[in-house]
Amino acid sequence: MLAPVINRLSALLPAQRLLTRPEQLSAYESDGLTAFRARPLAVVIPETAEEVIRLVRFCHQEKLPFVARGSGTSLSGGSLPVTDGIVIGMNRLNRILRLDPALRIAVVEPGVVNTQVSVAAPDPSSQSICTIGGNVAFNAGGAHCLKYGMTSNHVLGIKAVLATGEVVEWGGPSREQAGPDWCGLFTGNEGLFGIALEITLQLLRPPECYHTVLAGYRTLEQAGDAVSAVIASGLLPGAIEIMDALALEAAKAAVHAEYPAGCEAILIVELEGPREVVADDRVRLDSILAASGPVETRPARNSEERMAIWKGRKCAFSAVGRLSPDFLVQDGVVPRQRLGEALRRINAMAREMNVRCANVFHAGDGNLHPLILFDGREPGALQRGEALAGRILQMCIEMGGSITGEHGVGIEKRDYLGKMFNTEEMECLKRIRAAFDPFGIANPGKMFPSEGAPALQQSGLHPLEKAGVLSRE
Amino acid sequence: MNSDLAPTTLSELAEAVRSSPHLIAVGARTKPGLSEVDWPRLVTTGLKGIVEYNPSEFTFTALAGTPVKEIAAALDEQGQYLPFDPMLVDAGATLGGTVAAGLNGPGRFRFGGIRDFILGVRFVDGRGQLLRMGGKVVKNAAGFDLPKFFVGSMGRFGVMGELTFKVFPKRTTSLTLKLAATDIEMATRILTEAAHTRWELDALDLLPAGDVCARLAGPEPTLGPLAAEILARFPGEILSTEQATSLWAELREFGWAHPNGPLLKLPLTPTELPGLHKALRATSESRWHVSVGGNVAYISVPDGTELSGFEQTLTSLKLVAVSVRGNGALWRGIRRDTEIASAIKAALDPEHRFPAI
Repeated sequence: MLAPVINRLSALLPAQRLLTRPEQLSAYESDGLTAFRARPLAVVIPETAEEVIRLVRFCHQEKLPFVARGSGTSLSGGSLPVTDGIVIGMNRLNRILRLDPALRIAVVEPGVVNTQVSVAAPDPSSQSICTIGGNVAFNAGGAHCLKYGMTSNHVLGIKAVLATGEVVEWGGPSREQAGPDWCGLFTGNEGLFGIALEITLQLLRPPECYHTVLAGYRTLEQAGDAVSAVIASGLLPGAIEIMDALALEAAKAAVHAEYPAGCEAILIVELEGPREVVADDRVRLDSILAASGPVETRPARNSEERMAIWKGRKCAFSAVGRLSPDFLVQDGVVPRQRLGEALRRINAMAREMNVRCANVFHAGDGNLHPLILFDGREPGALQRGEALAGRILQMCIEMGGSITGEHGVGIEKRDYLGKMFNTEEMECLKRIRAAFDPFGIANPGKMFPSEGAPALQQSGLHPLEKAGVLSRE
Repeated sequence: MNSDLAPTTLSELAEAVRSSPHLIAVGARTKPGLSEVDWPRLVTTGLKGIVEYNPSEFTFTALAGTPVKEIAAALDEQGQYLPFDPMLVDAGATLGGTVAAGLNGPGRFRFGGIRDFILGVRFVDGRGQLLRMGGKVVKNAAGFDLPKFFVGSMGRFGVMGELTFKVFPKRTTSLTLKLAATDIEMATRILTEAAHTRWELDALDLLPAGDVCARLAGPEPTLGPLAAEILARFPGEILSTEQATSLWAELREFGWAHPNGPLLKLPLTPTELPGLHKALRATSESRWHVSVGGNVAYISVPDGTELSGFEQTLTSLKLVAVSVRGNGALWRGIRRDTEIASAIKAALDPEHRFPAI
């Protein structure tokens, strides 16, 4: 039997685009943070911006919670449904409305997949499926953020329907603006302000030339020191990444990547630019790396070798899935000069707590990605994994960093936001949220710790306790 | 008699805000058009100094009243810089004023503007509370991005006390080229085409005199070959180091503008340049400098110039300009009011301690 509100909702869309049967809803119960599940009242599949506006206005009028969802790749549980609300599936709003090479901009609908406009940065690991709308909602990052910034740095304009039903248009095709930066405020709102309907992105011309080097090191510290040396040299690489031994093992198993033997860590550094500039910078980089005591350095000799290096790196998350039935991914940030210390502490904590933890990180900007492995069927394993995750977040805060560099707070880290910001600051954030969404109907339960979380209360058990029974396929 | 509020510490700043039911924050007053209200002033220039600078982190934190010149000098010692080329540096612009005004220089073309380098802010809201938003590390997605919202907010939502920025290593050598443009159509074409090349220009501007100006920054041996390729496509000349330095300084300090009278910042795209140019030719003694590859025009007219015709052009092009200097309206062109703007104002400044924007 459908809730009365869903009966009223059914007037807004053709029946085939209103999903209410359990077998239809099950695909939407979870996102990239698979440890959490919740079944919404219904899923609606709008096809136009007008339909989204009508749906949001309906939700506002009915005080019906809604969660906008793209491809559901959030690693922080950002698109986890709420049990007393609906999911608005945005994938069919997937038109590129304008592509203007002369102005170097694209105007896209939120359901467009990241790689469809791949000359726009950034490049999250899920870029082949994640949507621009999700990138905007969570200010997604990737491996090239130090030089090019996160999603927000590429958003020039936004048309959105706010949780109040108001439709706004901010910014536009110009790279400059006058007045407060509304697009900047909206990007990274985690779905708490409303739903983006059209996004104007700046396009970047792909660099003429790359120089990508993979270097293997006996110890993580050596790899970390090499990063410091590169940074101190005045070079500005497009990407600086590190993978540790366990992550390498996973990548080897998953994509048959091959790495220098006997290495506790590998470093990936990528230079880019006009060929003359890369040729000159390369000489400096090569001498810095040679002096950093690598076991071996392997420059990519062609674009195939470059792609192979990145494939090994970008598959790391899913590859770790082969080593362990379950895992948690974190994305805390520490000051770059404390990376080595952070890794030592993470490894020590993991050993102490008897949890396996693989590390992949954006070393250039201090963005850690500990992948905490556990088998949910083993009693207590999940709790240990979660406890380690909590200690890592606490460490990031103590070091003056952040609990999240790019995945967002979502549901996963909402208990920690209040450790980064004091009570008055949290109140200020909540007032801003309330200005956009006075009823608290847009993606409730995310970002803020004190709010009711229907998904978590539903089972009576801690939801993570259920994670072990789930299959990742 | 000077009755301005002049705090020198962050706690004094919060106290000063609480002490006055109405106030407008100002820095060195290099962009006076943005604070042309007859309200008590809170002068931030006493909030001075670099609080923290970690070259290896690519970050610094400084009090809002710190002159940008002082910051630029400290960064330069470590081979680093703010890549958006802050404006009015010699005039004494403060870091807080730079953010509040949202004025980017020509360097914005390559790596982005203030919004792309601001990381964190400590500010006093309309309730008089000192709050911190954003963070101190180069990457951070926790909480709403209020630091970005403060860019261009003109002190209407809070008074900034301290700011954290990302910086980049600076290329030690650069080369400036002047590319000849016989008319606005040709200049627009050069701006559009040069932005599309493999050269990765560091700046690309249209000069008040009508020529296009391009800057390369990179290793010394690469500059000559790239410059030769540019000049083979767009005829022009390489400027000497002295000529280049003085040209960029003139643009940075608005040396080309009328000393008095309105100075407008107008975000646009290269597409609008020809139409706007026509409207400006009909406005007597108007001058302009187009920056960031044709994405912003700075327009200067003498005091007392009739701007209604020009404003009609803005309206027809759906453009909005803001008055950086000069008496008269803060905004030119038609701005749409939104409910959310009032709601955010109420969230940050419920008693309207700061003027409306």
